[in-house]
Amino acid sequence: MTDESQIDAVIPAASTVAEAVESAELSTFTPRGGQTYVIIDVSRDDYPSLVRAALDAGYETFIDLCAVDHLAREPRFDVVVNLVSTQHGERLRIKVGVPNDDPELATITSIYAGSNFYERETWDMFGIVFEGHPDLTRLLMPDEWEGHPLRKDFRIGAIPVEFKATR
Amino acid sequence: MSEDPKSQESTVESQHQDGSGSEPADPEGSDKGRSHGAEERRRVHDMWVAGTEEPGWVATATDEGAQELLPAGLDPALATQRGVAVVDDYVEEPRLDEDERQVLNMGPQHPATHGVLRLQIELEGETIRRVRPIIGYLHTGMEKTGETLTFMQGGTNVTRMDYLAPLHNELCFALATEQLLDVDIPDRAQAIRILMTELNRVSSHLLWLATFGLDIGALSMMLYAWREREVILEFFEKVTGLRMNHNYIRAGGVAADLPEGWESDVEHIIGIVRSGLADYEALLNENPIFVERTQGIGVITPAEARAYGVTGPNARAAGLDYDVRKVFPYSGIEQYDFEVPVGAHGDAFDRYIVRMEEMRQSLHIVEQVVETMPPGDYRTTDRKVTPPPRQRIDESMEALIHHFKLFTSGFEVPEGEVYQAVESPRGELGMYVVSKGGTKPWRLHVRTPSFATVQALPVMMTDLLVADVIATLASLDPVLGDVDR
Repeated sequence: MTDESQIDAVIPAASTVAEAVESAELSTFTPRGGQTYVIIDVSRDDYPSLVRAALDAGYETFIDLCAVDHLAREPRFDVVVNLVSTQHGERLRIKVGVPNDDPELATITSIYAGSNFYERETWDMFGIVFEGHPDLTRLLMPDEWEGHPLRKDFRIGAIPVEFKATR
Repeated sequence: MSEDPKSQESTVESQHQDGSGSEPADPEGSDKGRSHGAEERRRVHDMWVAGTEEPGWVATATDEGAQELLPAGLDPALATQRGVAVVDDYVEEPRLDEDERQVLNMGPQHPATHGVLRLQIELEGETIRRVRPIIGYLHTGMEKTGETLTFMQGGTNVTRMDYLAPLHNELCFALATEQLLDVDIPDRAQAIRILMTELNRVSSHLLWLATFGLDIGALSMMLYAWREREVILEFFEKVTGLRMNHNYIRAGGVAADLPEGWESDVEHIIGIVRSGLADYEALLNENPIFVERTQGIGVITPAEARAYGVTGPNARAAGLDYDVRKVFPYSGIEQYDFEVPVGAHGDAFDRYIVRMEEMRQSLHIVEQVVETMPPGDYRTTDRKVTPPPRQRIDESMEALIHHFKLFTSGFEVPEGEVYQAVESPRGELGMYVVSKGGTKPWRLHVRTPSFATVQALPVMMTDLLVADVIATLASLDPVLGDVDR
């Protein structure tokens, strides 16, 4: 992590986003020969207002929303949002922790319409409930599926494939 | 049993029971034909069709009743599982009565959906009022599979996602792995990667042109574009050994150096595709049927494209100047001179124009790669990811062990998380890889361009005519393997 003034010089848009809410923590990561990433960690309560600030700051292209199951860590899940500002030529990654005993997060479908399918997929795969989502149903798995397959404690191969003839 | 011409006396039933009768019913003019009533003739006909004496049994034999996707008893269990009151955004408008509105299910087995996409379309007469894309029919859990494969094996998994742009998938995964590993890639490997992915873009766009033409009735495009694509696939086979799912671009470089005489092969491809493109444009650009069917169809605005995450040629056709190759360059693509074509109307015709120009630009890049191909290694000499040379294995036990360890347990990747994007023929293809230090990724998330495109279908299709669904869908070039993963 570089010091504050350096970040301000490189990524003015991202620092305005981080200043919008109190719990935001800005960090950067530069891979060898690659471009600098800007990562903002934020608390669950501040997440929608931070995303709104990102849109206002010019991160107008919605790219991605996904979750990571860290299993043993607390909070267990991370929801990761990727945004792009084409005018600044920058990427912004927003990370928010979601605990296991209360896997809920506010939806951002009213800010970025494109998060709709991504939130549905994340609910489907991780069981994270996006409050206020207009249609939080299974997206990739069958409707009657039980469990959330991308959770680390979901057993692979535990569901036998049954054919009518063998029953 | 052969039919005896003298067995006129035998009953019609017995003839058909044999299954060798040559006449569907008793011949006109025979005594039997007149003596049986209409009911009997019907029975004989059914028997003939069914091939058995009891046609009624056949009718019920395959009738298992309607398949229930969601048994009624499961509803409460599902509600608990969902944990929320599920609100469907598909609401009926009260002002219309049943006769004026109908819901049409297009797919998942419709040939023009390019895979297994299902569209629930609400029609008012012939006008589309609402569209609901339903996906998941091709979901094979590749993100989960990715967690059980090592970084070395991962390429075989990701290459199968977008099966029309396998090299872009491999490149993206290799770049993400290399960022975590922090290894340097030789210039020649970088140039080979650009060469192969840009040729892949041309082959993917040619296939798109073929199916786009087919779907809107320009059938000759199907034959012509496949013909040109074949030349590129033959080159891929020569270089990688396979026509698709190559696993050619790997962490550290590429799997093998280019074969002898690759320059002339590539120049042959450039010549053939260039003249092909000129022919297609002569056929299509001013073709009144083609223009009528594509202009003003399936429009998306730049603001909508941004909000829905639509990228690639579909967004550029709307005037959104965003190309990953320019904004976030990878593999040294910034060294080459190329332009990003941008449309203005965001309709199917502009998407066609943009893709045609993209093919030309890709060929231009390929030309430059041929001219400037640097000498050197085709993969890094870093022994962490690259096995020792073959002759060392004969001489040294350590080299043999190293080779064995590398291909059985793979290489360890330090802890970290990266998001790497490349410009696939369909838009921004991104991979978010989380490593916890080990030989396998802890999490592999793939941000696929077709997923975002399919999500935006309702925006583009609302208020079109039902015939334009096909033109819109075909112009967007979604690959369902890319959508569902």
